[in-house]
Amino acid sequence: MTVTVSVENLSVVYDDFRALDAASVQVEAGESFGLVGESGSGKSTLLRAIAGLAPVSEGAIRVQGRELHGARRDKAFYRAVQMVFQDPYGSLHPRQTVDRQLVEPLAIHGIGDGERRILKALDEVGLGSGFRFRYPHQLSGGQRQRVAIARALILEPSILLLDEPTSALDASVQAEVLNLLEQVRRDRKLTFLMVSHDLGVVTHMCERLAVMQGGRVVERLTSADLVAGRIAEDYTRNLMVASKGFRRKSA
Amino acid sequence: MSALLTVEDLRVRFPTRTGVVEAVRGVSFTLGRERLGIVGESGSGKSQTGRAIMGLTPPHADASAKQLAFDGIDLISAPPKLRRDLRGKRIAMILQDPKYSLNPVMSIGRQIVETLRRHERVSRAEARERALDMLAAVQIRDPARVFDLYPHEVSGGMGQRAMIAMMLVAGPELLIADEPTSALDVTVQLEVLSILDKLVAERGMGLIFVSHDLRLVSSFCDRVLVMYAGRIVEEIAASELANARHPYTQGLLNCMPVIGADRHPLPVLDRKPEWAL
Ligand SMILES: Nc1ncnc2c1ncn2[C@@H]1O[C@H](COP(=O)(O)OP(=O)(O)OP(=O)(O)O)[C@@H](O)[C@H]1O
Ligand SMILES: Nc1ncnc2c1ncn2[C@@H]1O[C@H](COP(=O)(O)OP(=O)(O)OP(=O)(O)O)[C@@H](O)[C@H]1O
Ligand SMILES: [Mg+2]
Ligand SMILES: [Mg+2]
Repeated sequence: MTVTVSVENLSVVYDDFRALDAASVQVEAGESFGLVGESGSGKSTLLRAIAGLAPVSEGAIRVQGRELHGARRDKAFYRAVQMVFQDPYGSLHPRQTVDRQLVEPLAIHGIGDGERRILKALDEVGLGSGFRFRYPHQLSGGQRQRVAIARALILEPSILLLDEPTSALDASVQAEVLNLLEQVRRDRKLTFLMVSHDLGVVTHMCERLAVMQGGRVVERLTSADLVAGRIAEDYTRNLMVASKGFRRKSA
Repeated sequence: MSALLTVEDLRVRFPTRTGVVEAVRGVSFTLGRERLGIVGESGSGKSQTGRAIMGLTPPHADASAKQLAFDGIDLISAPPKLRRDLRGKRIAMILQDPKYSLNPVMSIGRQIVETLRRHERVSRAEARERALDMLAAVQIRDPARVFDLYPHEVSGGMGQRAMIAMMLVAGPELLIADEPTSALDVTVQLEVLSILDKLVAERGMGLIFVSHDLRLVSSFCDRVLVMYAGRIVEEIAASELANARHPYTQGLLNCMPVIGADRHPLPVLDRKPEWAL
Protein backbone atom coordinates (compact mmCIF):
# COMPACT_ATOMS: atom_id res chain seq x y z
CA MET A 1 0.00 0.00 0.00
CA THR A 2 1.22 3.50 -0.76
CA VAL A 3 0.70 6.38 1.60
CA THR A 4 -0.92 9.24 -0.28
CA VAL A 5 -1.35 11.78 2.53
CA SER A 6 1.34 11.82 5.16
CA VAL A 7 1.37 14.20 8.09
CA GLU A 8 4.38 13.84 10.33
CA ASN A 9 4.93 15.48 13.71
CA LEU A 10 2.93 18.45 12.61
CA SER A 11 2.60 21.45 14.91
CA VAL A 12 0.47 24.55 14.41
CA VAL A 13 0.85 27.41 16.85
CA TYR A 14 -1.34 30.51 17.21
CA ASP A 15 0.35 33.16 19.34
CA ASP A 16 1.49 30.80 22.04
CA PHE A 17 -1.36 28.32 21.80
CA ARG A 18 -0.58 24.92 20.30
CA ALA A 19 -3.57 23.92 18.19
CA LEU A 20 -1.62 20.92 16.84
CA ASP A 21 1.14 19.32 18.81
CA ALA A 22 3.32 16.92 16.85
CA ALA A 23 0.38 15.11 15.26
CA SER A 24 1.02 12.33 12.74
CA VAL A 25 -1.43 10.65 10.39
CA GLN A 26 -0.75 8.38 7.41
CA VAL A 27 -3.53 7.82 4.89
CA GLU A 28 -3.14 5.12 2.25
CA ALA A 29 -4.24 5.59 -1.34
CA GLY A 30 -7.87 4.61 -1.77
CA GLU A 31 -8.68 4.32 1.89
CA SER A 32 -11.10 6.30 3.98
CA PHE A 33 -9.50 7.50 7.19
CA GLY A 34 -11.45 9.05 10.08
CA LEU A 35 -10.56 11.71 12.64
CA VAL A 36 -12.58 11.96 15.81
CA GLY A 37 -12.03 13.70 19.11
CA GLU A 38 -12.85 16.50 21.43
CA SER A 39 -14.09 19.83 20.19
CA GLY A 40 -11.05 22.10 19.84
CA SER A 41 -8.64 19.16 19.66
CA GLY A 42 -7.25 20.25 16.28
CA LYS A 43 -9.18 18.12 13.76
CA SER A 44 -10.08 21.01 11.48
CA THR A 45 -6.63 22.50 11.95
CA LEU A 46 -5.05 19.29 10.66
CA LEU A 47 -7.17 19.36 7.48
CA ARG A 48 -6.62 23.08 7.06
CA ALA A 49 -2.86 22.66 7.41
CA ILE A 50 -2.86 20.13 4.56
CA ALA A 51 -4.81 22.62 2.45
CA GLY A 52 -2.29 25.36 3.29
CA LEU A 53 -4.70 27.26 5.50
CA ALA A 54 -2.99 27.00 8.88
CA PRO A 55 0.46 28.22 9.97
CA VAL A 56 2.68 25.16 10.31
CA SER A 57 5.60 25.63 12.68
CA GLU A 58 7.10 22.14 12.65
CA GLY A 59 6.70 18.84 10.89
CA ALA A 60 6.14 17.69 7.33
CA ILE A 61 3.16 17.24 5.00
CA ARG A 62 3.45 15.01 1.96
CA VAL A 63 0.66 14.54 -0.59
CA GLN A 64 1.06 12.04 -3.42
CA GLY A 65 4.77 11.87 -2.72
CA ARG A 66 5.37 15.61 -2.91
CA GLU A 67 6.45 17.50 0.17
CA LEU A 68 4.42 20.68 0.67
CA HIS A 69 6.11 23.75 2.09
CA GLY A 70 4.60 26.86 3.61
CA ALA A 71 1.06 27.88 2.75
CA ARG A 72 1.37 27.96 -1.04
CA ARG A 73 -0.59 25.31 -2.94
CA ASP A 74 -0.50 25.21 -6.72
CA LYS A 75 -3.27 24.50 -9.21
CA ALA A 76 -2.27 20.86 -9.49
CA PHE A 77 -2.78 20.51 -5.74
CA TYR A 78 -6.34 21.81 -5.87
CA ARG A 79 -7.07 19.64 -8.87
CA ALA A 80 -6.06 16.62 -6.81
CA VAL A 81 -7.22 17.68 -3.34
CA GLN A 82 -10.52 19.30 -2.47
CA MET A 83 -11.86 20.20 0.94
CA VAL A 84 -15.40 20.42 2.31
CA PHE A 85 -15.35 22.83 5.24
CA GLN A 86 -17.14 22.38 8.53
CA ASP A 87 -18.90 25.70 8.19
CA PRO A 88 -20.50 25.85 4.73
CA TYR A 89 -21.62 29.43 5.13
CA GLY A 90 -18.07 30.54 5.58
CA SER A 91 -16.80 28.62 2.58
CA LEU A 92 -19.49 29.72 0.10
CA HIS A 93 -19.30 33.20 -1.36
CA PRO A 94 -22.33 35.07 0.05
CA ARG A 95 -22.92 37.19 -3.07
CA GLN A 96 -22.57 34.49 -5.69
CA THR A 97 -25.27 32.16 -6.91
CA VAL A 98 -24.87 28.41 -6.62
CA ASP A 99 -24.24 28.37 -10.37
CA ARG A 100 -21.34 30.85 -10.15
CA GLN A 101 -19.72 28.90 -7.31
CA LEU A 102 -19.80 25.74 -9.39
CA VAL A 103 -18.64 27.43 -12.62
CA GLU A 104 -15.66 29.08 -11.00
CA PRO A 105 -13.51 26.02 -10.20
CA LEU A 106 -14.20 24.70 -13.71
CA ALA A 107 -13.11 28.02 -15.23
CA ILE A 108 -9.95 28.23 -13.10
CA HIS A 109 -8.87 24.78 -14.22
CA GLY A 110 -9.94 25.30 -17.83
CA ILE A 111 -12.44 22.46 -17.82
CA GLY A 112 -15.14 22.53 -20.45
CA ASP A 113 -18.46 20.72 -20.43
CA GLY A 114 -19.63 22.96 -17.57
CA GLU A 115 -23.35 22.72 -18.17
CA ARG A 116 -23.42 18.94 -17.97
CA ARG A 117 -21.09 18.80 -14.97
CA ILE A 118 -23.10 21.36 -12.99
CA LEU A 119 -26.40 19.60 -13.56
CA LYS A 120 -24.82 16.28 -12.65
CA ALA A 121 -23.20 17.66 -9.50
CA LEU A 122 -26.44 19.23 -8.27
CA ASP A 123 -28.36 16.09 -9.02
CA GLU A 124 -25.83 13.92 -7.18
CA VAL A 125 -26.29 15.87 -3.94
CA GLY A 126 -30.06 15.81 -4.26
CA LEU A 127 -30.61 19.45 -5.22
CA GLY A 128 -32.87 20.01 -8.20
CA SER A 129 -32.05 22.58 -10.87
CA GLY A 130 -34.45 24.93 -9.02
CA PHE A 131 -31.60 25.68 -6.63
CA ARG A 132 -29.10 26.57 -9.32
CA PHE A 133 -29.60 30.32 -9.33
CA ARG A 134 -30.15 30.84 -5.61
CA TYR A 135 -27.79 32.67 -3.27
CA PRO A 136 -26.46 30.97 -0.11
CA HIS A 137 -28.79 32.93 2.19
CA GLN A 138 -31.74 31.56 0.24
CA LEU A 139 -30.85 28.00 1.21
CA SER A 140 -31.36 26.01 4.37
CA GLY A 141 -28.31 24.87 6.37
CA GLY A 142 -28.32 21.40 4.85
CA GLN A 143 -28.82 22.71 1.31
CA ARG A 144 -25.75 24.93 1.72
CA GLN A 145 -23.69 21.96 2.85
CA ARG A 146 -24.78 20.01 -0.22
CA VAL A 147 -23.65 22.87 -2.48
CA ALA A 148 -20.25 22.74 -0.79
CA ILE A 149 -20.04 18.99 -1.45
CA ALA A 150 -21.11 19.44 -5.08
CA ARG A 151 -18.38 22.05 -5.53
CA ALA A 152 -15.73 19.73 -4.12
CA LEU A 153 -16.79 16.85 -6.37
CA ILE A 154 -17.11 18.82 -9.59
CA LEU A 155 -13.35 18.86 -10.21
CA GLU A 156 -13.17 15.09 -9.77
CA PRO A 157 -10.29 15.24 -7.28
CA SER A 158 -8.47 12.14 -6.08
CA ILE A 159 -8.30 13.14 -2.40
CA LEU A 160 -11.14 14.65 -0.40
CA LEU A 161 -10.67 16.34 2.96
CA LEU A 162 -14.10 16.23 4.58
CA ASP A 163 -14.76 18.24 7.74
CA GLU A 164 -18.07 17.14 9.29
CA PRO A 165 -19.61 16.77 5.82
CA THR A 166 -23.00 15.57 7.04
CA SER A 167 -23.44 17.07 10.51
CA ALA A 168 -25.86 19.68 9.10
CA LEU A 169 -28.00 17.13 7.29
CA ASP A 170 -31.07 15.23 8.41
CA ALA A 171 -30.71 11.44 8.52
CA SER A 172 -32.39 10.86 5.15
CA VAL A 173 -30.19 13.32 3.26
CA GLN A 174 -27.17 12.19 5.26
CA ALA A 175 -27.72 8.62 4.08
CA GLU A 176 -27.90 9.82 0.47
CA VAL A 177 -24.74 11.90 0.78
CA LEU A 178 -22.82 9.11 2.54
CA ASN A 179 -23.89 6.64 -0.14
CA LEU A 180 -22.82 9.10 -2.82
CA LEU A 181 -19.44 9.62 -1.18
CA GLU A 182 -18.90 5.85 -0.91
CA GLN A 183 -19.91 5.35 -4.49
CA VAL A 184 -17.61 8.03 -5.93
CA ARG A 185 -14.81 6.71 -3.77
CA ARG A 186 -15.27 3.26 -5.24
CA ASP A 187 -15.76 4.44 -8.83
CA ARG A 188 -12.93 6.96 -8.89
CA LYS A 189 -10.65 5.28 -6.34
CA LEU A 190 -10.72 8.34 -4.13
CA THR A 191 -8.98 8.77 -0.79
CA PHE A 192 -10.90 10.35 2.09
CA LEU A 193 -9.65 12.03 5.23
CA MET A 194 -12.83 12.65 7.14
CA VAL A 195 -13.67 14.39 10.42
CA SER A 196 -16.88 13.51 12.17
CA HIS A 197 -18.03 13.51 15.77
CA ASP A 198 -20.62 10.87 14.95
CA LEU A 199 -19.06 7.49 15.61
CA GLY A 200 -21.88 5.83 13.67
CA VAL A 201 -20.85 7.82 10.59
CA VAL A 202 -17.11 7.30 11.10
CA THR A 203 -17.31 3.56 11.60
CA HIS A 204 -19.64 3.32 8.61
CA MET A 205 -17.35 5.28 6.30
CA CYS A 206 -13.80 4.60 7.51
CA GLU A 207 -11.67 1.50 7.94
CA ARG A 208 -9.23 3.19 10.29
CA LEU A 209 -9.38 6.21 12.51
CA ALA A 210 -7.35 8.40 14.82
CA VAL A 211 -8.63 9.87 18.07
CA MET A 212 -7.43 13.38 18.91
CA GLN A 213 -7.26 15.28 22.14
CA GLY A 214 -5.48 18.55 22.90
CA GLY A 215 -3.72 18.79 19.53
CA ARG A 216 -2.30 15.27 19.70
CA VAL A 217 -3.29 11.93 18.28
CA VAL A 218 -3.96 9.82 21.39
CA GLU A 219 -5.07 6.58 19.77
CA ARG A 220 -5.15 4.92 16.35
CA LEU A 221 -7.45 1.99 15.75
CA THR A 222 -9.59 0.27 13.18
CA SER A 223 -13.33 0.71 13.09
CA ALA A 224 -13.64 -3.00 13.81
CA ASP A 225 -11.63 -2.54 17.02
CA LEU A 226 -13.78 0.38 18.06
CA VAL A 227 -16.98 -1.52 17.44
CA ALA A 228 -15.68 -4.54 19.35
CA GLY A 229 -14.55 -2.37 22.27
CA ARG A 230 -10.84 -3.12 21.76
CA ILE A 231 -9.95 0.36 23.01
CA ALA A 232 -6.84 1.52 24.85
CA GLU A 233 -7.70 5.08 25.90
CA ASP A 234 -10.30 6.15 28.44
CA TYR A 235 -11.22 9.12 26.30
CA THR A 236 -12.11 6.88 23.37
CA ARG A 237 -14.17 4.70 25.68
CA ASN A 238 -16.06 7.78 26.95
CA LEU A 239 -16.86 8.70 23.36
CA MET A 240 -18.39 5.28 22.84
CA VAL A 241 -20.53 5.57 25.98
CA ALA A 242 -21.68 9.08 25.08
CA SER A 243 -22.71 7.86 21.62
CA LYS A 244 -25.59 5.95 23.14
CA GLY A 245 -27.64 9.12 23.72
CA PHE A 246 -28.72 11.39 26.54
CA ARG A 247 -29.27 9.88 29.99
CA ARG A 248 -31.10 12.05 32.50
CA LYS A 249 -29.44 11.77 35.87
CA SER A 250 -32.30 10.61 38.04
CA ALA A 251 -32.97 12.99 40.91
CA MET B 1 -49.93 22.83 31.48
CA SER B 2 -50.18 26.56 30.78
CA ALA B 3 -49.07 27.44 27.28
CA LEU B 4 -45.95 29.54 27.11
CA LEU B 5 -46.15 29.78 23.35
CA THR B 6 -49.08 29.28 21.00
CA VAL B 7 -48.54 28.99 17.26
CA GLU B 8 -51.52 28.62 14.97
CA ASP B 9 -51.39 28.30 11.20
CA LEU B 10 -47.95 29.83 10.75
CA ARG B 11 -46.93 30.48 7.15
CA VAL B 12 -43.70 31.82 5.68
CA ARG B 13 -43.33 32.65 1.97
CA PHE B 14 -40.36 33.87 -0.04
CA PRO B 15 -40.85 35.59 -3.37
CA THR B 16 -38.01 34.54 -5.71
CA ARG B 17 -37.20 35.04 -9.37
CA THR B 18 -38.64 31.65 -10.17
CA GLY B 19 -41.82 31.97 -8.14
CA VAL B 20 -42.90 31.87 -4.50
CA VAL B 21 -41.18 29.42 -2.14
CA GLU B 22 -43.58 28.32 0.58
CA ALA B 23 -41.14 27.47 3.34
CA VAL B 24 -43.70 27.02 6.14
CA ARG B 25 -47.26 26.02 5.27
CA GLY B 26 -49.62 26.12 8.22
CA VAL B 27 -47.69 25.02 11.31
CA SER B 28 -49.60 24.87 14.62
CA PHE B 29 -48.48 23.79 18.08
CA THR B 30 -48.38 24.90 21.69
CA LEU B 31 -45.41 24.77 24.01
CA GLY B 32 -45.41 24.53 27.78
CA ARG B 33 -42.44 24.49 30.09
CA GLU B 34 -41.10 21.41 28.37
CA ARG B 35 -38.62 20.11 25.80
CA LEU B 36 -40.21 20.03 22.38
CA GLY B 37 -38.15 18.48 19.59
CA ILE B 38 -38.54 19.39 15.93
CA VAL B 39 -37.04 17.00 13.41
CA GLY B 40 -37.48 16.90 9.68
CA GLU B 41 -35.89 16.78 6.33
CA SER B 42 -33.35 19.38 5.28
CA GLY B 43 -35.28 22.33 3.85
CA SER B 44 -38.57 21.37 5.51
CA GLY B 45 -38.95 24.73 7.28
CA LYS B 46 -37.58 24.06 10.78
CA SER B 47 -35.30 27.09 10.92
CA GLN B 48 -37.83 29.39 9.26
CA THR B 49 -40.43 28.35 11.85
CA GLY B 50 -38.04 29.34 14.64
CA ARG B 51 -37.10 32.60 12.95
CA ALA B 52 -40.74 33.57 12.48
CA ILE B 53 -41.42 33.04 16.21
CA MET B 54 -38.43 35.26 16.96
CA GLY B 55 -39.55 37.91 14.47
CA LEU B 56 -36.43 37.31 12.40
CA THR B 57 -38.07 36.51 9.08
CA PRO B 58 -36.16 38.37 6.33
CA PRO B 59 -37.88 41.65 5.44
CA HIS B 60 -38.68 40.72 1.84
CA ALA B 61 -40.44 37.52 2.97
CA ASP B 62 -43.95 37.25 4.27
CA ALA B 63 -44.77 35.60 7.61
CA SER B 64 -48.35 35.29 8.81
CA ALA B 65 -50.28 33.34 11.45
CA LYS B 66 -53.78 33.11 12.83
CA GLN B 67 -52.26 33.30 16.27
CA LEU B 68 -48.76 33.76 17.62
CA ALA B 69 -48.69 34.40 21.36
CA PHE B 70 -45.94 34.28 23.96
CA ASP B 71 -46.95 34.33 27.64
CA GLY B 72 -50.19 36.13 26.82
CA ILE B 73 -48.51 38.68 24.53
CA ASP B 74 -49.86 38.79 20.98
CA LEU B 75 -46.67 38.83 18.92
CA ILE B 76 -48.44 39.64 15.66
CA SER B 77 -49.76 42.98 16.82
CA ALA B 78 -46.82 43.73 19.13
CA PRO B 79 -44.93 46.90 18.16
CA PRO B 80 -41.39 46.34 16.83
CA LYS B 81 -39.86 47.84 19.95
CA LEU B 82 -41.59 45.31 22.21
CA ARG B 83 -40.48 42.43 19.99
CA ARG B 84 -36.90 43.69 20.06
CA ASP B 85 -37.02 43.90 23.84
CA LEU B 86 -38.38 40.39 24.14
CA ARG B 87 -35.71 39.06 21.81
CA GLY B 88 -32.55 38.08 23.63
CA LYS B 89 -34.10 38.77 27.04
CA ARG B 90 -37.21 36.60 27.34
CA ILE B 91 -37.05 34.73 24.03
CA ALA B 92 -33.73 33.63 22.61
CA MET B 93 -32.66 31.60 19.61
CA ILE B 94 -29.43 29.72 19.06
CA LEU B 95 -28.98 30.02 15.31
CA GLN B 96 -27.87 27.14 13.16
CA ASP B 97 -24.76 28.76 11.67
CA PRO B 98 -22.90 30.10 14.68
CA LYS B 99 -20.00 31.54 12.74
CA TYR B 100 -22.35 33.42 10.48
CA SER B 101 -24.51 34.62 13.35
CA LEU B 102 -21.67 35.88 15.51
CA ASN B 103 -20.29 39.32 14.76
CA PRO B 104 -16.99 38.66 12.92
CA VAL B 105 -15.27 41.84 14.10
CA MET B 106 -16.01 41.59 17.82
CA SER B 107 -14.36 39.21 20.26
CA ILE B 108 -16.46 36.34 21.61
CA GLY B 109 -16.30 37.69 25.16
CA ARG B 110 -17.35 41.19 24.22
CA GLN B 111 -20.37 39.86 22.34
CA ILE B 112 -21.56 37.98 25.40
CA VAL B 113 -20.93 40.97 27.65
CA GLU B 114 -22.84 43.31 25.34
CA THR B 115 -25.78 40.93 25.10
CA LEU B 116 -25.98 40.80 28.87
CA ARG B 117 -25.66 44.57 29.33
CA ARG B 118 -28.36 45.22 26.75
CA HIS B 119 -30.83 43.40 28.95
CA GLU B 120 -29.59 43.90 32.48
CA ARG B 121 -28.01 46.70 34.46
CA VAL B 122 -24.71 45.20 35.49
CA SER B 123 -21.23 46.66 35.79
CA ARG B 124 -18.59 45.83 33.19
CA ALA B 125 -16.64 43.80 35.71
CA GLU B 126 -19.67 41.78 36.74
CA ALA B 127 -20.69 41.23 33.12
CA ARG B 128 -17.20 39.93 32.37
CA GLU B 129 -17.35 37.55 35.32
CA ARG B 130 -20.71 36.21 34.22
CA ALA B 131 -19.59 35.81 30.62
CA LEU B 132 -16.54 33.82 31.76
CA ASP B 133 -18.74 31.66 34.00
CA MET B 134 -21.12 31.04 31.13
CA LEU B 135 -18.24 29.99 28.84
CA ALA B 136 -17.03 27.61 31.52
CA ALA B 137 -20.56 26.26 31.98
CA VAL B 138 -20.72 25.28 28.29
CA GLN B 139 -17.49 23.32 28.80
CA ILE B 140 -15.09 25.74 27.12
CA ARG B 141 -11.78 24.54 28.50
CA ASP B 142 -9.93 27.81 28.68
CA PRO B 143 -12.57 30.57 29.06
CA ALA B 144 -10.05 33.38 29.54
CA ARG B 145 -8.32 32.60 26.23
CA VAL B 146 -11.53 32.10 24.28
CA PHE B 147 -13.02 35.31 25.71
CA ASP B 148 -10.53 37.33 23.68
CA LEU B 149 -10.71 35.30 20.46
CA TYR B 150 -12.62 36.41 17.35
CA PRO B 151 -15.15 34.05 15.73
CA HIS B 152 -12.74 32.95 12.97
CA GLU B 153 -10.23 31.92 15.63
CA VAL B 154 -12.40 29.33 17.37
CA SER B 155 -13.25 25.79 16.31
CA GLY B 156 -16.70 24.84 15.01
CA GLY B 157 -17.82 23.44 18.33
CA MET B 158 -16.41 26.37 20.29
CA GLY B 159 -18.31 28.84 18.09
CA GLN B 160 -21.46 26.88 18.69
CA ARG B 161 -20.94 26.94 22.44
CA ALA B 162 -20.13 30.66 22.38
CA MET B 163 -23.49 31.20 20.70
CA ILE B 164 -25.20 29.07 23.37
CA ALA B 165 -23.47 31.03 26.14
CA MET B 166 -24.58 34.31 24.58
CA MET B 167 -28.18 33.17 24.36
CA LEU B 168 -28.33 31.79 27.89
CA VAL B 169 -26.58 34.61 29.69
CA ALA B 170 -29.71 36.79 29.95
CA GLY B 171 -31.82 33.86 31.25
CA PRO B 172 -34.55 33.48 28.59
CA GLU B 173 -37.94 31.88 29.36
CA LEU B 174 -38.26 30.47 25.88
CA LEU B 175 -35.25 29.12 24.04
CA ILE B 176 -35.31 28.05 20.41
CA ALA B 177 -32.19 25.98 19.83
CA ASP B 178 -31.58 25.31 16.12
CA GLU B 179 -29.16 22.39 15.78
CA PRO B 180 -27.34 23.62 18.90
CA THR B 181 -25.03 20.65 19.28
CA SER B 182 -24.48 19.47 15.71
CA ALA B 183 -20.79 20.45 15.76
CA LEU B 184 -20.01 19.09 19.21
CA ASP B 185 -18.31 15.83 20.01
CA VAL B 186 -20.61 13.49 21.86
CA THR B 187 -19.20 13.99 25.35
CA VAL B 188 -19.46 17.79 25.19
CA GLN B 189 -22.86 17.45 23.54
CA LEU B 190 -24.22 15.65 26.58
CA GLU B 191 -22.83 18.29 28.95
CA VAL B 192 -24.52 21.06 26.98
CA LEU B 193 -27.79 19.13 26.93
CA SER B 194 -27.74 18.72 30.67
CA ILE B 195 -27.43 22.51 31.04
CA LEU B 196 -30.51 22.98 28.87
CA ASP B 197 -32.24 20.17 30.73
CA LYS B 198 -31.62 21.88 34.07
CA LEU B 199 -32.99 25.19 32.80
CA VAL B 200 -36.21 23.44 31.82
CA ALA B 201 -36.51 21.38 35.00
CA GLU B 202 -35.43 24.01 37.53
CA ARG B 203 -36.32 27.36 35.98
CA GLY B 204 -39.31 26.27 33.92
CA MET B 205 -37.84 27.41 30.62
CA GLY B 206 -39.64 26.29 27.47
CA LEU B 207 -37.31 24.71 24.94
CA ILE B 208 -37.76 24.13 21.22
CA PHE B 209 -34.97 21.80 20.18
CA VAL B 210 -34.45 21.58 16.43
CA SER B 211 -32.24 18.67 15.52
CA HIS B 212 -31.75 16.03 12.90
CA ASP B 213 -30.23 13.69 15.44
CA LEU B 214 -33.04 11.28 16.24
CA ARG B 215 -31.03 9.41 18.82
CA LEU B 216 -30.59 12.64 20.78
CA VAL B 217 -34.12 13.87 20.31
CA SER B 218 -35.67 10.61 21.43
CA SER B 219 -33.52 10.45 24.55
CA PHE B 220 -33.67 14.16 25.44
CA CYS B 221 -37.07 15.63 24.48
CA ASP B 222 -40.58 15.11 25.83
CA ARG B 223 -42.48 15.50 22.59
CA VAL B 224 -41.43 15.58 18.95
CA LEU B 225 -42.89 17.31 15.91
CA VAL B 226 -41.89 15.86 12.56
CA MET B 227 -41.81 18.31 9.64
CA TYR B 228 -41.90 17.58 5.94
CA ALA B 229 -42.17 20.17 3.14
CA GLY B 230 -43.28 23.01 5.41
CA ARG B 231 -45.85 21.11 7.44
CA ILE B 232 -46.03 19.05 10.61
CA VAL B 233 -46.72 15.50 9.45
CA GLU B 234 -46.56 13.78 12.82
CA GLU B 235 -46.52 14.57 16.53
CA ILE B 236 -45.32 11.87 18.87
CA ALA B 237 -44.03 11.35 22.42
CA ALA B 238 -40.23 11.24 22.20
CA SER B 239 -40.09 7.88 23.93
CA GLU B 240 -42.42 6.51 21.25
CA LEU B 241 -40.33 7.70 18.30
CA ALA B 242 -39.39 4.15 17.44
CA ASN B 243 -43.09 3.43 16.82
CA ALA B 244 -43.64 6.40 14.53
CA ARG B 245 -46.42 5.97 11.99
CA HIS B 246 -45.58 8.40 9.23
CA PRO B 247 -43.47 6.71 6.54
CA TYR B 248 -41.08 9.68 6.49
CA THR B 249 -40.39 9.30 10.23
CA GLN B 250 -40.01 5.54 9.95
CA GLY B 251 -37.68 5.99 7.02
CA LEU B 252 -35.57 8.48 8.98
CA LEU B 253 -35.04 6.00 11.78
CA ASN B 254 -34.01 3.33 9.36
CA CYS B 255 -31.39 5.28 7.40
CA MET B 256 -29.07 6.22 10.27
CA PRO B 257 -25.67 4.56 10.29
CA VAL B 258 -25.46 2.53 13.48
CA ILE B 259 -22.26 1.55 15.22
CA GLY B 260 -21.63 -2.11 14.53
CA ALA B 261 -24.21 -2.47 11.74
CA ASP B 262 -22.67 -3.09 8.36
CA ARG B 263 -25.10 -1.76 5.78
CA HIS B 264 -23.68 -0.58 2.47
CA PRO B 265 -25.30 1.34 0.90
CA LEU B 266 -27.50 2.76 3.65
CA PRO B 267 -31.23 2.46 3.02
CA VAL B 268 -32.62 5.71 1.63
CA LEU B 269 -36.08 7.21 1.62
CA ASP B 270 -38.42 6.67 -1.23
CA ARG B 271 -40.13 10.06 -1.00
CA LYS B 272 -43.74 10.01 -2.07
CA PRO B 273 -45.22 13.13 -3.68
CA GLU B 274 -48.30 12.80 -1.46
CA TRP B 275 -46.18 13.43 1.67
CA ALA B 276 -45.82 17.03 0.52
CA LEU B 277 -49.52 17.67 -0.07
N1 LIG C 1 -6.79 31.68 13.92
C1 LIG C 1 -6.72 31.17 15.16
N2 LIG C 1 -6.26 31.90 16.19
C2 LIG C 1 -6.19 31.39 17.44
N3 LIG C 1 -6.56 30.14 17.77
C3 LIG C 1 -7.03 29.35 16.79
C4 LIG C 1 -7.14 29.82 15.44
N4 LIG C 1 -7.65 28.81 14.69
C5 LIG C 1 -7.85 27.77 15.53
N5 LIG C 1 -7.47 28.10 16.79
C6 LIG C 1 -7.55 27.23 17.97
O1 LIG C 1 -7.08 25.94 17.66
C7 LIG C 1 -7.80 24.96 18.41
C8 LIG C 1 -8.18 23.81 17.50
O2 LIG C 1 -9.20 24.23 16.61
P1 LIG C 1 -9.85 23.24 15.54
O3 LIG C 1 -10.78 24.09 14.73
O4 LIG C 1 -8.81 22.50 14.82
O5 LIG C 1 -10.68 22.25 16.47
P2 LIG C 1 -11.59 20.99 16.07
O6 LIG C 1 -10.95 19.76 16.61
O7 LIG C 1 -11.89 21.04 14.62
O8 LIG C 1 -12.89 21.28 16.94
P3 LIG C 1 -14.46 21.19 16.57
O9 LIG C 1 -14.83 19.76 16.73
O10 LIG C 1 -15.10 22.05 17.62
O11 LIG C 1 -14.64 21.74 15.19
C9 LIG C 1 -8.96 25.68 19.08
O12 LIG C 1 -8.67 25.84 20.45
C10 LIG C 1 -8.99 27.05 18.40
O13 LIG C 1 -9.39 28.09 19.28
N1 LIG D 1 -34.39 33.79 1.38
C1 LIG D 1 -34.95 32.69 0.85
N2 LIG D 1 -35.45 32.68 -0.38
C2 LIG D 1 -36.03 31.59 -0.90
N3 LIG D 1 -36.16 30.41 -0.27
C3 LIG D 1 -35.69 30.35 0.98
C4 LIG D 1 -35.05 31.47 1.61
N4 LIG D 1 -34.67 31.11 2.85
C5 LIG D 1 -35.04 29.81 2.99
N5 LIG D 1 -35.64 29.35 1.87
C6 LIG D 1 -36.19 28.01 1.64
O1 LIG D 1 -37.11 27.69 2.66
C7 LIG D 1 -37.10 26.29 2.93
C8 LIG D 1 -37.07 26.07 4.42
O2 LIG D 1 -35.80 26.48 4.93
P1 LIG D 1 -35.33 26.20 6.43
O3 LIG D 1 -34.04 26.92 6.60
O4 LIG D 1 -36.42 26.52 7.38
O5 LIG D 1 -35.09 24.61 6.37
P2 LIG D 1 -34.65 23.64 7.56
O6 LIG D 1 -35.79 22.72 7.82
O7 LIG D 1 -34.13 24.43 8.70
O8 LIG D 1 -33.51 22.79 6.84
P3 LIG D 1 -32.03 22.34 7.36
O9 LIG D 1 -32.23 21.10 8.15
O10 LIG D 1 -31.32 22.02 6.07
O11 LIG D 1 -31.44 23.48 8.11
C9 LIG D 1 -35.89 25.72 2.20
O12 LIG D 1 -36.30 24.95 1.11
C10 LIG D 1 -35.12 26.94 1.74
O13 LIG D 1 -34.48 26.72 0.50
MG1 LIG E 1 -13.61 21.52 13.56
MG1 LIG F 1 -32.24 24.75 9.42
